[in-house]
Amino acid sequence: MTAASTPKSLKDNPILARWISFEVPGKVLIRPGKVELGQGILTALAQIVAEELDLSLGQIEICSADTAVSPDEGITAGSQSIEMSGASLRLVAAHARAELFQTASRRLQAAPEILSCRDGVFFRGVEPVGLDFWTVAADVDWTKAVEGPIAVRAAADYAIVGTSPLRLDLAVKISRGGYIHDIALENMLHARVVRQPFRLARLTNADTAWLSKHYPGVELLCRQDFVALVGPDEFDVQSAQADADAFLTWSEESGRWQPAQTAGEMRAVIRDGEVPLSMTNLALRARYSRGYVAHGSIAPSCGLAFYEHGQLSVWTHSQGIFALRDQIAACLGFDVANVRVVHAHGAGCYGHNGADDAALDAAIIAIDHAGIPVRVQWSRQDELSRAPLGAAMSAEIGAALDAAGSISAWRMSVVSAPHAQRPGFGGHVNLTSAEALDARKLPGRVEDLPDVAGGGASRNAAAIYDFPSHEVCVALDTSSSVRTSSLRSLGAHLNVFAIESAMDELAEIAAADPLEFRLRHLRDQRCRAVLEGAAKISGWPGSRLAAEGQALGIGVARYKNKGAWLAAVAEVTVDEAVRVKRLWLCVDAGLLINPEGARNQVEGGAIQAISWTLKEAISLENDRVPALDWQSYPILRFSDVPQIETRFIVDRGSPPLGAGEASQGPVAAAIANAASRALGVRLRDLPLTRERLIQILTDS
Amino acid sequence: MTNRVQCQVNGAEVSFEGRLDEPLLLALRNRLGLKASHFGCGLEQCGACVLSIDGQARYSCALPVSFLDGASIVTPEGLADDPVGRALLEAFDAEHAGQCGYCLSGIVMSAFALLKANGSPTREAVIEALDRHLCRCGAHGGILRAVERAAKGLAEASR
Repeated sequence: MTAASTPKSLKDNPILARWISFEVPGKVLIRPGKVELGQGILTALAQIVAEELDLSLGQIEICSADTAVSPDEGITAGSQSIEMSGASLRLVAAHARAELFQTASRRLQAAPEILSCRDGVFFRGVEPVGLDFWTVAADVDWTKAVEGPIAVRAAADYAIVGTSPLRLDLAVKISRGGYIHDIALENMLHARVVRQPFRLARLTNADTAWLSKHYPGVELLCRQDFVALVGPDEFDVQSAQADADAFLTWSEESGRWQPAQTAGEMRAVIRDGEVPLSMTNLALRARYSRGYVAHGSIAPSCGLAFYEHGQLSVWTHSQGIFALRDQIAACLGFDVANVRVVHAHGAGCYGHNGADDAALDAAIIAIDHAGIPVRVQWSRQDELSRAPLGAAMSAEIGAALDAAGSISAWRMSVVSAPHAQRPGFGGHVNLTSAEALDARKLPGRVEDLPDVAGGGASRNAAAIYDFPSHEVCVALDTSSSVRTSSLRSLGAHLNVFAIESAMDELAEIAAADPLEFRLRHLRDQRCRAVLEGAAKISGWPGSRLAAEGQALGIGVARYKNKGAWLAAVAEVTVDEAVRVKRLWLCVDAGLLINPEGARNQVEGGAIQAISWTLKEAISLENDRVPALDWQSYPILRFSDVPQIETRFIVDRGSPPLGAGEASQGPVAAAIANAASRALGVRLRDLPLTRERLIQILTDS
Repeated sequence: MTNRVQCQVNGAEVSFEGRLDEPLLLALRNRLGLKASHFGCGLEQCGACVLSIDGQARYSCALPVSFLDGASIVTPEGLADDPVGRALLEAFDAEHAGQCGYCLSGIVMSAFALLKANGSPTREAVIEALDRHLCRCGAHGGILRAVERAAKGLAEASR
């Protein structure tokens, strides 16, 4: 079998040595540019390489991504790691295998076809020939570029891919640690940054006398509006940070913050409309919304940095070390060649959280402490309140039905805060301390992610259904000063929730079963299959009201309209609160590299979506984010988690698709559809908290 | 108030001197280099820092060292020295019970304290023991299965 096309990351980094090394006898070192975020990606990538090279998994060693040596594979986001890095590493391994076989056959003066290998040892028939990968690797030119077609193992022959070996990193992490937080460099200084309490807040006073009296071991570092507390003892700096109100004064300077410009409303006619949508004769016109959502990593962000002789090294749990390197260099006036950024494992981030910011924090402080390593850790409150938030959004849907009860025209209008403000995006630094050092670093213009990257606010704004007339408009709303950026699934969460809620509302108007109504408008066969699969395992029909205040709801989407398909059925009870009792998921993510890893991603995404849907939204106070903790920003607990049953539809011949962002939209919709049915009142605004229920019931 | 605290950590005698208002978590991480237990909030809200202290699962992020004179503390690093701890570590691995794993340092210690007190807990008892722990990755299902797997394995081994 020959691989069809070269993935972008391999085109960008074609040299074999960039990806793979046989320098350590018995081991194969691989260097993915994608990073471990808790999604188990390194294990899955190791499986792919072990498969192509006939190695055991234990022979694969993975180097953490490092701007000095690793291939630049962009940001680890958008469920692209298996699709991109996996495809690149498969081709790299196949090329390496071909080179090793050719070299071995030259040495043996035998045709490569009569050789085989196992665990890196060459055989002729059942006899070892006295050569292995490592003895012949010295004769291979690893500076060669990967070019041309190459035979890869046929999916039908996979022995390691498609199984679920133990995670390479999990056991060690539990019993010994191994996160960036756990790195202790010699003579390391601890630091805490006192964040600006709102965007572009001005530091007006710092009472150093108070600080040195109460915390003699803590040094105050002020650069414009950047304030750090630095010292050898972590408890000291942590305590001083908690007391920051006692010695720091902030003020608001009117007009200092200005909203970013945007392109305005972008209108896309998705399909040629045969039936123009009249906004007067609509069967449904409804607006759906969600608030700001925190990434809510369990670990507060952390960064380490070391500066000496003009060279800056930074350790980070960022999703994009290359972009971060470039922006740290730009922000601090370094040549990119003098900045090295190394990935270290962090806790799950679920998108662009405080990781990048913490890295710049550490770099700023390290430059001021040449020759001494610096470790910065954020507080819980800053992690929830000062990291970029998931964007608040709304979507208005208007739809018309024909005489037969099918949708004749559909128009959706999305308004959203920006989803794409990662370091470097839009030509901006996009790091919070960059703005503290220089208020002019505030982004002046913000765009949505382009459709080629899956879109941001526009992600999944186009419904997967076949409507005769279908129009989508997307506009960015930059009127809030709150920093927003990518949170798992970006706009797909609200857009799919809105589309799938409207489909339920329209089904009800058309007096149709919600499943049947969806299938009526759906030609995509794999989408139909996951819908029918979810219906089957859940015992749909959804009209079933098993008990008072209890109902089923359904939702479906194909992530980005080009990724994995997922249908969800939720069984929900509504009494004083909405509770999800059971959840059934049917997924088509193509070939599963590691089925348990895929299940973890799908079910974990679903549980996070239940949390967003039932509990999560940040209420701004005068356009400011209040200092939050887990009491004021509660998330789902063990006792809230439903029983989940997941079924994968697997066609080994279909390319693997990322699974971590497929469930958020369909699960939110399934819950809201079930809760609306159980309650007899339509719920269109997330989250579905107790307070929201009371308000809705009072209004109706 | 004494300026010296003596306690046991993973079976070894340890003494803390100097600032005894320091939270146990920071003292373990920075003075003893025991890094497996994690800071999540410092507010006793998330459970990442939970340790076994005299057999009880307790938060350590805000617990001053001065309270621990004579205490017997088990951290995740000590689990492998105990049959219940080993069973839990193996079960968490086998069940893929975790994604990023950062919260597991505390969850595994609550599970340890639970199984020490109750060798065959019901699902409800496991949920109750873990309900103060937050997991943002959504690994709850695997975690519950892992604790049950460890309990089952230990029960079978002792039969």
